[in-house]
Amino acid sequence: MHPPDITQLLDLAESYALLNRSGKAPRDLLRGRTVINLFFEDSTRTRTSFELAGKRLGADVINMSVSASAVNKGETLLDTATTLNAMNCDLLVVRHDQSGAPALLAQKVDACVINAGDGTHEHPTQALLDALTIRRHKGGLEALTIAICGDIAHSRVARSNILLLLTLGARVHLIGPPTLMPAGIEALGVQVFHSMEEGLPGCDIVMMLRLQKERMARGLVPSAREYFRRYGLDHTRLALARPDALVLHPGPMNRGVEIDSAVADDPHRSLIREQVEMGVAVRMAVLDTLARRQTRNV
Amino acid sequence: MSDCCITNVVLLDPAAATSRPGSLLVLNGRIADLGTITPPENIPIFDGQGATLCPGLVDLRCRLGEPGFEYRETIASAAQAASSGGITTLCPLPDSKPAIDDPALVHLLRARGAATGSVTILPYAALTRACRGDDMAELFLLHEAGAVAFTDGAHATANARLLRLALSYAKSFGGRIVQFPQEPTLAAGGCATEGELATRLGLPAIPAAAESIQVARDIALAKLTGGALHFSCVSTAAAIGLIRDAKRSGLPITADTAPPYFDLNETAIGDYRTYAKLSPPLRADTDRQAIAAALADGTIDAIVSDHTPLDADDKRLPFAQAGAGGTGLATLLGVTLAQYHNGNISLPQAIALLTNGPARVMNLQAGTLARGAAADLLLFHPDRIWQVQAGKLAGKSQNTPFDGRALEGTVVATFKAGHRVFASLSWG
Repeated sequence: MHPPDITQLLDLAESYALLNRSGKAPRDLLRGRTVINLFFEDSTRTRTSFELAGKRLGADVINMSVSASAVNKGETLLDTATTLNAMNCDLLVVRHDQSGAPALLAQKVDACVINAGDGTHEHPTQALLDALTIRRHKGGLEALTIAICGDIAHSRVARSNILLLLTLGARVHLIGPPTLMPAGIEALGVQVFHSMEEGLPGCDIVMMLRLQKERMARGLVPSAREYFRRYGLDHTRLALARPDALVLHPGPMNRGVEIDSAVADDPHRSLIREQVEMGVAVRMAVLDTLARRQTRNV
Repeated sequence: MSDCCITNVVLLDPAAATSRPGSLLVLNGRIADLGTITPPENIPIFDGQGATLCPGLVDLRCRLGEPGFEYRETIASAAQAASSGGITTLCPLPDSKPAIDDPALVHLLRARGAATGSVTILPYAALTRACRGDDMAELFLLHEAGAVAFTDGAHATANARLLRLALSYAKSFGGRIVQFPQEPTLAAGGCATEGELATRLGLPAIPAAAESIQVARDIALAKLTGGALHFSCVSTAAAIGLIRDAKRSGLPITADTAPPYFDLNETAIGDYRTYAKLSPPLRADTDRQAIAAALADGTIDAIVSDHTPLDADDKRLPFAQAGAGGTGLATLLGVTLAQYHNGNISLPQAIALLTNGPARVMNLQAGTLARGAAADLLLFHPDRIWQVQAGKLAGKSQNTPFDGRALEGTVVATFKAGHRVFASLSWG
């Protein structure tokens, strides 16, 4: 996506955010359209957010959770695509634990596919909602320095954010232990730091990532308490960033592992609650934009 | 019809590294004479129309689908693909289902090859029972049954003690171990080469060092035991450097690579193209260049097809879940000749890497135009162009990483023991 397209999308999302607050969302915009939330991986937040976004625009929203057991029964992704084609849905929201799965599905289904997170690849709507949240508080993204902290290697949120933030003119600091930093990430145009003390100074935004317990089991981090000691965000660490620095987290949070509750719940510094609100607005904008573009002749 | 004379050809003898115009006479399925000869009367004559005649190609690494994966490929379909690619000798890997870890299975595969009438099958035997990497297989009995060498196929032998024992034990009867050099703990779960591209695509990655670490350790074991060791599908600059040094120091080390590793780089997997998902994974372009240089300087002894048939369902999956490997029999010659056409190696060098190079590594009676040798022959046009089209290649599976690629070098005909087993439509 190019900056003008992104700005247009964010502007639209902003207007939906205001409409949502006033309870005046246009409930007939997607009337008669079918949105299927196809989730191959557990997710409460993103699925609910898309569901709400679709319903606020008047679409028929159906949630399909494809459990691991159905996949184990031998039904492939492409069998699922065939099924969905037969159902004539308009917009397909896909979450999958494999990188590239939505792209594969998009080749085979007639519906418009929205990536709601694929493996360790991307999570575009999360990056958009983060950008919108930041923009609302900082006026724009240009010339801001944004730290993304934690498990970069396994984070689709980090990858989408890096691409989007750089496109919008921000500087990006990645902070995390070397074991959670993917190879060659510098080539994307970011600066890599291995300690919060080095990476946080000068940052306008501190974006924390979730550290899954599985990372400890696989030996990537010795223990949760050691991780918190080096990379956990508390008020002392946050003071290293700019005095007006704000905190984001895509959720769900592991309090006491990557973020201290005192920071997470600080109404003056934490934008975590607003991120969720903007999530619905951004997804409304995405559904709206794609539905308008759709030239399906049914 | 095992007597015939192939006239009006350019004879390319890789052993002599020369080519000259002439004819070749086959009597009783063997090469009786070649050069400027007058064919005897009452003998079938094939007019080569100026094409080049060389030994049939010898492929040291392929999978035939049988036993165990007949939905992907059968010996019959693989033999057809081989003939269409000019290959007359196939050495299939033993990690089939069941694994080739019993002398009876070695006999079976050799007999099945003979029954095709178009290819010789010289199977590898498992290094360990069921290729599980635990207990050494009955190496001598397998050797006696005709196993060409020992390997666990796609599984690198992780246990250093086991490999040490196998190298020294096999040495006692002239056996050779073939290692797929990929350190298993570093490679676990990976499906692309570690670096910027894998990071962008969010794919679990394997560092290039996984290969050189395994090569370094195994060279040390070869030195310790004096055993003969062959590295298959070498794909990185670092590993090539180690192998080059080991060969210079006189160790009995040999190596092969497959066409994707000198013709493609990791960008081929862009947008999750599963047909380019291979094992080892495609590498950075600097590694590709190092492999091409190793073809030219002799560090690499042979080019193998690494033919890995997979059906559409094995490949139509998210990248990390898709099967790894590509077909290679039909494209082995053409992609190798691209290295001749781009000036990296000479035509005799290219053919040597496909014929007497591999034959010498495994001590095979193949890949030669010597008088008295079996008349396994390939007649080809080095310069004629064709296009690789998945779906139209010989063989059951069509998972080629070279789909759409234009190649110079067409097979005119393939002969097995003097029998013509393949002829292109434009000929004869």
